[in-house]
Amino acid sequence: MSAATGEQKFRWVGTRPVRPDGHDKVTGRARYGADFSLPGMLCGRVLRSPHAHARILKIDTAEALALEGVHAVLTGDDLPDLTSSEESSSLSAASRNIMARDKVLYHGHAVAAVAASTPEVAREALALIRVEYEVLESVLGIEEALADGAPLLDEELRTKGEEDPKPSNVAAKVMFSNGDIEVGFALADEIVEREFTTQAVHQGYIEPHACLAQMGEDGKATLWVSSQGQFAIRSMTAGILGVELSHLRVIPAEIGGGVGGKTTVYLEPLAVALSRKSGRPVKMVMSREEVFRGSGPALGTRIKVKLGATREGRLVAAQALLHYEAGGFPGSSVQAGAMTIFSSYALEHLEITGYDVVVNKPKGAAYRAPGAPMAAFATESLMDELATRLEIDPVDFRLRNAAKEGVQSAFGPRFRRIGLVETLEAIQAHPHYRAPLKPNQGRGVAVGFWFNAGLQSSASVNVNEDGTVSVVSGSPDIGGSRASLAIMAAEELGIEYEAVDVTVADTASVGFNDVTGGSRVTFATGMAVIESAREVIQQLRERAASIWDVEVDQVVWQEGRACVPDSKEIESLDLKAIADQAGETGGPITGRHSLSARGVGMGFGAHICDVQVDPETGRVEVVRYTAVQDAGRAIHPSYVEGQMQGGVAQGIGWALNEEYIYNADGELQNPGFLDYRIPVASDLPMIDTVIVEVPNDGHPYGVRGVGEVPIVAPLPAVANAVCAATGVRFTDLPLSPPRVLKGIEDAETVS
Amino acid sequence: MESNWDGSASPFQKERKLAHVTLPRSLSEKVEGELELEVDARNVRALIRALDLRFPGIGEILSGQTAVAIDGEILSEAGIEPLSAQSEVHFLPRVGGG
Repeated sequence: MSAATGEQKFRWVGTRPVRPDGHDKVTGRARYGADFSLPGMLCGRVLRSPHAHARILKIDTAEALALEGVHAVLTGDDLPDLTSSEESSSLSAASRNIMARDKVLYHGHAVAAVAASTPEVAREALALIRVEYEVLESVLGIEEALADGAPLLDEELRTKGEEDPKPSNVAAKVMFSNGDIEVGFALADEIVEREFTTQAVHQGYIEPHACLAQMGEDGKATLWVSSQGQFAIRSMTAGILGVELSHLRVIPAEIGGGVGGKTTVYLEPLAVALSRKSGRPVKMVMSREEVFRGSGPALGTRIKVKLGATREGRLVAAQALLHYEAGGFPGSSVQAGAMTIFSSYALEHLEITGYDVVVNKPKGAAYRAPGAPMAAFATESLMDELATRLEIDPVDFRLRNAAKEGVQSAFGPRFRRIGLVETLEAIQAHPHYRAPLKPNQGRGVAVGFWFNAGLQSSASVNVNEDGTVSVVSGSPDIGGSRASLAIMAAEELGIEYEAVDVTVADTASVGFNDVTGGSRVTFATGMAVIESAREVIQQLRERAASIWDVEVDQVVWQEGRACVPDSKEIESLDLKAIADQAGETGGPITGRHSLSARGVGMGFGAHICDVQVDPETGRVEVVRYTAVQDAGRAIHPSYVEGQMQGGVAQGIGWALNEEYIYNADGELQNPGFLDYRIPVASDLPMIDTVIVEVPNDGHPYGVRGVGEVPIVAPLPAVANAVCAATGVRFTDLPLSPPRVLKGIEDAETVS
Repeated sequence: MESNWDGSASPFQKERKLAHVTLPRSLSEKVEGELELEVDARNVRALIRALDLRFPGIGEILSGQTAVAIDGEILSEAGIEPLSAQSEVHFLPRVGGG
């Protein structure tokens, strides 16, 4: 596939046509996970553990089953035990997460489910299920999990990567190193070292998890579900239930936000199993409280970082020790945290050690650049501190050390072409960077990095009889990919954007697609669409050649028309004219392409944040924010800007307000948007955006993923701004008013 | 191993440059500390096979639990990905996206 260059000329790429999903969303016609119904449908509900850590001694469902209107009751005994099979440990953990077996591992862990004729009967039935627990001491944080004699969540768990491992709450150890860390720090004129903590936060998607399952008489099931990947839902659901993939068809609904949290299953296998048991369709919808208690957050972290630099502002050594909570099952984002923590900089001497720690909290799920924001909070806070100590402008300091093409990354490989320097230069040149500040205001900068992903995609491009075009994709559209795929199809075919319609198809109607995650759809599924369109163009040239009775090599496709440049007699044919004769020239014109995407372009962003701090209350208000990001090539710039603004808004919430609050028994105290405060429009200024385009030469148009990078820099950008406003270096998030006030008061006491 | 019809090593083989391979620190014990190696392999699958011959058992870990970066590009499914002369190959933990 031809590579992108900076000089490509486009008709549609880079324009801002109307989004194809807009009308249905604003008029309420869009059908989300909870909007599907079938005759005879039952209501499925989940019974959840009231304890954070307990052994299940007995579950008695007899009374619930006897209740009129109850059609099925489900417990862990109804699901295959995958622990000793050849199934992967992640699938086994997913199975035990959606329905506890011998132990409950967090407050809200599912222990049983019912299908009943009405929500009221279902609720009553849940109350009739008798569960006997042996309550165990819970482990609610990294400190407790690592303590000598700490209660073990899993007596069989050993630390992967550790020599001679003993039973532990530490599931894995990861390490990266380069050079000699002692030599590196010996070269430093200034060394800073601090420990940082962050709390559990939820992805906060507006639409709760929801699905509808129908098991047919033939043993084949259909599932309507809102998710980030119908194929992933199919494979996990089928794997957990022990059925063949071909016996489960998953139909994607519109999705009301995912942010990583909808790349796994919670209700889906239960709904299918309840439908199988009851013989009726079963619909399950989580309440907001269940979303908080039972679905995956990004969990808490404790990160210690030490940085050393020379007087001239050259970073010479970096060391990090990361502990990430995983929730009740192994698998935190510590690997990505460890891989991203120093990846924005060129470093000769570094050492990174990370630990994956299980605690009695919900099993963590992916959340936008999983693991990176917390790591960036630590490193970028210390970069700010070093710049101040060295009396170097913080952007200059970063520029002197910025990763660029050919530099060996902290996680090993050398960077290909990347745009960190260009984004830093863009914030330095931005008027915001030099705008005056008022009293009690402060300005912070920070950079963020994310890998982005390629993975597998399939798509097809079908020419309709009237010359319009239908694109079929298997990637759920979360951030505007229907628009970007339509733009790319229109660009290749040389036709109007409005002539292209994009459908997100079910698992029976399009080839396999990995999840919409890793910021990959416009990049990878986009390449599948581009290749499909090119196949269509080849067919269009062949059809035109047969109509004109010339060699196909004589026919070129230009601006949406087939023509023979050497001939004055032959009049060019447009898509409509060729489509009209498709039946006589060989049948329908379709192109399709499947790929394991190659050529992923890594992404960087640089942010400026201004805050105002009320010294009497400790309240922090973000008054101005500018996000700069290298998008490689922005296919639909409005959607790129939307991703940047969304990531920043979430990052500001993470920095200032959001946290899971537990009581001493491990019960979540704030499972709702009133007490778990995500930023709303009135809390934020307009987030200013600047798109930098350093084309990714691994994509025909130069695309890089854009969805995840923008959540990485806000945590440190906000914290650095608060430090500038107050003179206090805060190392624990969120920067809620009581914490900020205490920090200011403590600093005053000391001075 | 490629060879001529009479069994002698092919000239191509003699001139061929080797891929430079870096393994994760967590495998240090399994590879007797040899985290950086030069390996002759035409693609990633052959590379993993060669490493497994040298360090029995490592193949399963490398093919099941790691991603591969070839010349700076991280690939999650890299079995048949060709290795060119002087390829820089890094085995890395797999990272999921959101």
